[in-house]
Amino acid sequence: MPLRNENIQKPKNTGKTLRTLFRYMLKSWPLLLGALIATVVSNVCQLIGPRLCGYAIDATVGHVNFELVFYYAKQMLVLYIVSAVLGYVCALLVLFLSQRTVRAMRDDVFAKFMRMPVDYFDRHMTGDMLSHISYDIDTINESLSNDLVQILTSIITVVGAFSMMVRISPLLVIVFIFTVPLSVLFTRTMTRKIRPLYKKRSASLGQLNAFVEEHVSGLKITRAYHREDAVLDRFDERNEDAVTSYYNAEYYASVTGPSVNFINNLSLTLVSVFGALLFLGGKLSLGNISSFVLYSRKFSGPINEAANIFSELQSAMAAAERVFTLLEEDEEIADPNGAKPLVLTGGQVEFKDICFHYVPEREILKNVNLTAPSGSVIAIVGPTGSGKTTIVNLLMRFYDPQKGTIVIDGQDIAAVTHESLRNALTMVLQETWLFNGTIHDNIAYGTPNADRAQVIEAAKKTHIHEMITRLPHGYDTFITEDGVNLSKGQKQLITIARAMLRPAGLLILDEATSNVDIRTEVLIRRAMLDLMAGKTCFVIAHRLSTIRSADCILAVKDGEIVEKGTHDELMAAGGYYAELFNAQFI
Amino acid sequence: MRKVAQYMKPYAAAMFFGFLIKFLGTIMDLALPWILSHLIDNVAPTGNRVAIVLWGLVMGLCAVLALAGNVIANRRASAVARDRTRSLRHDLFKKTEHLSTRQIDTITVPSLIARLTTDTYNINTCIARMQRLGVRAPILLLGGITVTLMLDFRLSLVLLATLPLLATAIFIISKQGIPLFTRVQQAIDIMIRTVRDDLAGIRIIRALSKGEDEVARFHADSVKLSNRQTKANAVMAATNPVMNLLLNGGLTAVVVTGAYLIASGKTETGRIIAFLTYFTIILNAMLSINKMFVMLSKMTASAARVEDLFNLPEDDPVIPLPSIETDDHIVFDDVSFSYNGVKNDISHLSFGIKKGSVLGIIGPTGSGKTTVIRLLQRFYPVNEGRIYINGEALPSIPNTRLHSLFGVAFQSDAFFIGTVRDNITLGRDIPEEDVLKAARCAQAMEFIEKLPQGLDTPVHAKANNLSGGQRQRLLIARALAGNPEILILDDSASALDYQTDANMRSAVTRNYPDTTLVLISQRVSSVRSADSILVLNEGQTVGFGDHETLMASCPLYGSIAAIQAGETEGGDVCR
Repeated sequence: MPLRNENIQKPKNTGKTLRTLFRYMLKSWPLLLGALIATVVSNVCQLIGPRLCGYAIDATVGHVNFELVFYYAKQMLVLYIVSAVLGYVCALLVLFLSQRTVRAMRDDVFAKFMRMPVDYFDRHMTGDMLSHISYDIDTINESLSNDLVQILTSIITVVGAFSMMVRISPLLVIVFIFTVPLSVLFTRTMTRKIRPLYKKRSASLGQLNAFVEEHVSGLKITRAYHREDAVLDRFDERNEDAVTSYYNAEYYASVTGPSVNFINNLSLTLVSVFGALLFLGGKLSLGNISSFVLYSRKFSGPINEAANIFSELQSAMAAAERVFTLLEEDEEIADPNGAKPLVLTGGQVEFKDICFHYVPEREILKNVNLTAPSGSVIAIVGPTGSGKTTIVNLLMRFYDPQKGTIVIDGQDIAAVTHESLRNALTMVLQETWLFNGTIHDNIAYGTPNADRAQVIEAAKKTHIHEMITRLPHGYDTFITEDGVNLSKGQKQLITIARAMLRPAGLLILDEATSNVDIRTEVLIRRAMLDLMAGKTCFVIAHRLSTIRSADCILAVKDGEIVEKGTHDELMAAGGYYAELFNAQFI
Repeated sequence: MRKVAQYMKPYAAAMFFGFLIKFLGTIMDLALPWILSHLIDNVAPTGNRVAIVLWGLVMGLCAVLALAGNVIANRRASAVARDRTRSLRHDLFKKTEHLSTRQIDTITVPSLIARLTTDTYNINTCIARMQRLGVRAPILLLGGITVTLMLDFRLSLVLLATLPLLATAIFIISKQGIPLFTRVQQAIDIMIRTVRDDLAGIRIIRALSKGEDEVARFHADSVKLSNRQTKANAVMAATNPVMNLLLNGGLTAVVVTGAYLIASGKTETGRIIAFLTYFTIILNAMLSINKMFVMLSKMTASAARVEDLFNLPEDDPVIPLPSIETDDHIVFDDVSFSYNGVKNDISHLSFGIKKGSVLGIIGPTGSGKTTVIRLLQRFYPVNEGRIYINGEALPSIPNTRLHSLFGVAFQSDAFFIGTVRDNITLGRDIPEEDVLKAARCAQAMEFIEKLPQGLDTPVHAKANNLSGGQRQRLLIARALAGNPEILILDDSASALDYQTDANMRSAVTRNYPDTTLVLISQRVSSVRSADSILVLNEGQTVGFGDHETLMASCPLYGSIAAIQAGETEGGDVCR
């Protein structure tokens, strides 16, 4: 798998990451234990094989002892069968283990997303968040399912083969005094040489992928401005980078296999020559040489894999560390101890001495005091979208103010449960969010037990019913990726119908109708009036004609509340609001 | 696969040479155990220590040659992989750039991205490894078999008997396994889509306290993925144990048969030892071949996805059609169009506008305003009627020229990481004064000047560091900077206040007198000064003319205007 975030960079706190990873694996400890036992037994069986083979061969030297040959052959066969069965059992156990582990991680990451404060999503790129839940976890999965067994097998093989060889002929083992340091030295040098190259390779691949993501998403513009060739040129540059750094890494990495093989061949040569000499001196049987050669061959695999496994492990550890760091991010402040559900009596909202900023350098709200009596309409106006949503962010507790309190019907919203607060508010946002599901599911999203009749009623109130029935499958029409088969206005209407179905005591309309044309908006507004009746409402809009009779208008400029009052008061003041209002008749 | 194979063709000669070197290197590997057997059976019994050492030197030489041959061949293989991946990616990206809108709608953007990134990477890795293992493993296998046949053909027959069993086992396992990996990829796509959806709608999810339900929805996707991965890998995992068992079983049979042959004086112990070494080589070769199959299965899935993309027909070919004589810049002649082929989204639309004039398009949601400009830009081909630009029928204008006619600003659009200037020029070769002129007319200069580094201020991904109104003005500047023949503003001033909107429009008509301006808006105030206004309702023309004409003749337009001025009941939400 090509990993966008496949950083070969050293994980910062390996010990801690390992512990956390281990904790995840321990949740399936019977699998882990089973896999360990199966690996050990299976490999030991494999290791005994050549020894028995050597005995069988010795039984053929001089006079062939068929009884002995058959005896050993039978034992070999049994061992190999046991080893194969256990090998498969082990593979399955490891597969279950790694799948369970990464599934738990994946679920945890997603659940974490659902608990994180909204500002996290404002600060981070969607692509990065996606890569945590897909690429990073995939890396961990690959590593868990391959490397774990590989490492264990390697250790058992090396230790086992070595002790077998020592038992056969301690003298011949001296051969490895040459070759083992040679391979250790070689592996270390190569790893050191290759690691930065791999790092570069991942980095340039990451850049290529980021470029593709950015430009395929923005293909429409590339096309509209006829920039295809220019973009292709820039793509080619990154592509060149990616393939070149791939080649550079491979240039050295591809030496590893043949070199290890060379060392291996060297051992074989030395074993042959010295084995033959020892045989002449009567210190070694032919069967011994055979077993020895077979064991020495087993040495090569683990050494060959060592460098590979090491880099894979490093990227897995780095991925795990990123995932665990994410899991440790601050969550949305939990409900305080003894938090009570919000009880709506009339819907009076008070802002008491609120100070708020997203970044310390830019104060957005400064000692704002505001009382919205129950049933009143507070309008927020201003040219751009950024500052006006702040009020929504504070009311919904997506963000908390640095100073001051917001009180609803005498209850500080910081002291009530999140769920009850959010249930008390109905919100229609400017960004129309629909998910991959049917139109029915999208309308009933906030009210899962709503039946078709209720959904239709809400749709009728929003004047979207007609349009829906014209769709191929009516309410069961599946909304595709990004809702491409619906217009902006239609999507907006569906989200309004969603709010319609879930009336609450307080209403927030965040530029809710700015995507809907004015004629449709009139129809919606009539329905809105039903919805708004008796409720405290916060309305955010550009069209000043629509909020003239609001009980209080907040004029926002560059993210700050610059004026506050009724329409008449503000017009009389002749300030910013008056300027805005007059401009619409130009 | 065929398409990917085509990419390898130009490199056939280079690859063949590489194979040759690899072949020689590998043969050296094979020679070593042979010498070993010779050493033990023929040289050692003579007691000639010098000869033993000499043969040892020959073995060492073979080892060196094997090293050199394999290293050179591996490096060549990496170079071939590099070159092929480069051209494959290039062509794929180019193809993607030229897909029609309809094709992109069907494939979806995330899937396109995956094909360009994940899939090309899989292919790259596979090509490189296949060349290395793909040559070495078969040579070791075939060579190993040949040498064992020469060494002692009777023993080899025992070995050969296991091979058909092995081949069948591998074949069955891969046949079962490969389709399963395609299903794994589908599950990944579904899961990613859920996450993408939820990250985008996090505020709504929070507001409606639906976090727990989303976790459950995700869990279902996650379990599905997990199950599919388990199933696919469980099948593939059977390969190694099966192969080990078959080969080791064969090995045991060799020892037993060998015992009989020695007893009847037909072979020697040294040969059996050498034979067993070859056996290990053959076993490893088989394991490598198996690894190749796993890799190949991954690559086949990727190659199929890439190939699907390549095989898409060119949806948008240039069709020569007769031109017409006209003074009008843009002509729609009885145009009808439907997205789904069931119901017309645009019906019998006809109008014409002069060069340098302003066309306003207004109408209720879903009335087809955006569809009109999509058709004008030929994002979709029309079903009936003709569209002409400068008298030339739209289908006969080559893509390149067609797109260079337009400057388009949508209500919201993509920004790229770079400076403010980069986001205006988009890499086009635009002189500084044109950039400044465009930024000024788009009313963007006033805020750009206040930015710390002016035009060179960096824009973050998604332009998070700019406000909605600032982003829209940048998009308008981008559209203007190329001095387009036709400027399309699709509701692209919705976040601007009335004053700025009006200033922008008058600056554009004053400074770009030859540019025909197409304005889509929901505000009468934005279109009232246009030379002609097209009023659409459910894809049909309900009015066409200037503001005064329409006020007098078009009831829908009149009512929209009245509502907007706050004169009608329902105009004020608060009462």
